Amino acid sequence: MSELAAVVGMGQTKHSSKNGEVSIAGLVRESAEKALLDAELEWEDIDAVILGKAPDMFEGVMMPELYLTDALVANNKPILRVHTAGSVGGSTGIVAASYIQSGMFERVLVSTFEKQSESNAMWALSTTVPYAPLINAGAGGYFTPYMREYKRRFNVPEHIGRIVAVKDRLNALKNPYAHLHIPDINLEMVEKSPMLWDPLTFLESCPSSDGACSLVISSERSVTDNQLPAWIHSTSMRSEPTMYAGRDAVNPQAGSECAKDVYKKAGIKDPIKEIDCAEIYVPFSWYEPMWLENLLLADIGQGWLMTEKGHTSLEGKFPVNMSGGVLSSNPIGASGLLRFGEAAQQVRNKAGEYQVQGAKLALGHAFGGGAQFFAMWIVGANKP
Amino acid sequence: MREVAVIAYAQTPMTRDAGAQNEVELIMQVVHQALDEVKLNQTDIDFTCSGSCDYLQGVTFAFVDGLNAVSSVPPINESHVEMDAAWALYESWLKIQMEEADVALVYGFGKSSPGELRSIMTLQLDPYYLAPLWPDSVSLAALQAKAMIDNKMITEESMAKVVKRSRKNAKSNPNSQLSGDFSIGDLLSEPIFVSPLRKHDCSPITDGASAIILATKEKALSLCRNPAFITSIDHRVETAQFGYRNLTSSPSIQKSSEVINLSDYSIDAAELHAPFSHQELLLIKELQLNEEVSINKSGGVLAGNIMMSAGLDRIGSMFNLIKSGKVRTGLAHATSGPCLQQNMLIIMESKNE
Repeated sequence: MSELAAVVGMGQTKHSSKNGEVSIAGLVRESAEKALLDAELEWEDIDAVILGKAPDMFEGVMMPELYLTDALVANNKPILRVHTAGSVGGSTGIVAASYIQSGMFERVLVSTFEKQSESNAMWALSTTVPYAPLINAGAGGYFTPYMREYKRRFNVPEHIGRIVAVKDRLNALKNPYAHLHIPDINLEMVEKSPMLWDPLTFLESCPSSDGACSLVISSERSVTDNQLPAWIHSTSMRSEPTMYAGRDAVNPQAGSECAKDVYKKAGIKDPIKEIDCAEIYVPFSWYEPMWLENLLLADIGQGWLMTEKGHTSLEGKFPVNMSGGVLSSNPIGASGLLRFGEAAQQVRNKAGEYQVQGAKLALGHAFGGGAQFFAMWIVGANKP
Repeated sequence: MREVAVIAYAQTPMTRDAGAQNEVELIMQVVHQALDEVKLNQTDIDFTCSGSCDYLQGVTFAFVDGLNAVSSVPPINESHVEMDAAWALYESWLKIQMEEADVALVYGFGKSSPGELRSIMTLQLDPYYLAPLWPDSVSLAALQAKAMIDNKMITEESMAKVVKRSRKNAKSNPNSQLSGDFSIGDLLSEPIFVSPLRKHDCSPITDGASAIILATKEKALSLCRNPAFITSIDHRVETAQFGYRNLTSSPSIQKSSEVINLSDYSIDAAELHAPFSHQELLLIKELQLNEEVSINKSGGVLAGNIMMSAGLDRIGSMFNLIKSGKVRTGLAHATSGPCLQQNMLIIMESKNE
């Protein structure tokens, strides 16, 4: 059996459109130092560093783990760089956990970042591939047809997306690190914001952020008395091709199989009852109900009812994206690890103003590519 | 620790320009060849991991297309490193250690022909203080070679000897790009490219892909006649600041040698990932390999250098030597970054009596 691993520290930067105060190295370093501080550890306690980020063209630095060696004090240590598209933050957390679960390491640092202001993500996502049509749409234009199809398929009312947009931004007001703080956010403001891709308005879309997130993951025997560990109950990853005959992009098979696997490994039979809250990768408002169904937390076609009834709000039966989620901060490469880390903070009872009272078991989720790469983990206050 | 072995390896022919063959077509050949070698299907694979670099392809998410080369319907447990695929093998090895997988598929691919590799590699450097000066990868390696010559560690003649042996060994490697018999005199009469390097001191521009299958001992012995067991594996990285590096030594190699207890093994052969001739000499010195150790029987990367797979190819080449019974205990090495910044060492052994 694999060794037990736990998150014992988390650090993140204040996310913003352009963090001109620090270099890429400075940004990553800040999150790493905060994670070490939270874990009450020093740099020399770290055995290995695992770095994750989305495409290198987002900053224009090729394989930046090489350049970031010094900032992450990885000199003469093992460093590994993960890249699995938008799910990368989650995947990087899972790879880092495997360092501990393999029994080969005691404590590892996992750092993820994106400094989108250094380049232009829209450009980077619109490079010309031979023999393929140039979409030039960015992520929103790519995913909107799926959201529209979800809405059509289950005859979902217009305002569902807006409810998510407001809920996540209200949560973000309680999170000092969130990029977007919109104090007077309301349904009307979201509705009146410019239409980007029908039915998605400007305020139903995530921002482009500069930001970083780091975690310290420890083996069971190295967890100290003063650390509040979030025990990693299970992890899972699944991938499928961008396109294939019969693929349902609204409810991707890779996502639901990943969910089944992560619940099964954690011994969870009834996820909506047993799990207390979740941080789910929702870059566009409509993805909250879509993922609730894909994650088997709601019946097919019923996810939007959970959103409409307020079950996913901070005070609801099943809070989702208590930190404000991707809709409030999106440093792409770090967004997945933020979900994984915020889930851990909940079960560590360290989520501050957005703490779900008594949270004992939480889900972290990330997806990427054409909604084809999935990474998930379950963390708990108690050992599995 | 679970015993893990390499049980299959496939590599495309290493070519200067694969032309219209795209990455998916290159990967597909090697994935299927490796699976066929041990009569497995993708559904028998518990974990799949690849290594590649967007900047070679000039597009974001190059690996997403690459996934089309493996059967991922139904969905698979899969990951990717933006590194040489040797590190994808390392990630897979961890997954086997934690008992999430018994059999893993690893592949790496790179087409260097469409771009200007020397300049692209500059983007690996500190983006604020170094990259804007645009030092290219050959020039940085030349600095290292010059420092070694100035320290009397090597001569242009000893570098030419490395090239001579590489080309000669490559004659028996059907996938090699550059091979043949050359005299030291012939090589030294070639013009200087970037002083003190001649073109033949630099690994060529290569297109290709390769794949490896790893398995636990039980599976390995049932699927492969003579698997190459990974007895020990470690990798380390050094500072990115050139001003802090002594380019004539390799602290990361020294540390990894210590961690894998290299001096306890009687190494028959080594496959060293040295993109420049002088780097092979530096590696031999830092690894303290004596003259009995046969170096780069495959020809090494001077005979063909599939970016993002060249490190994995060293492991694969060592597997070939062990599987054929020519080598009992071997050392494989992979590198990344300018002037051997990051290094991996793997001891591979046959368990056959």
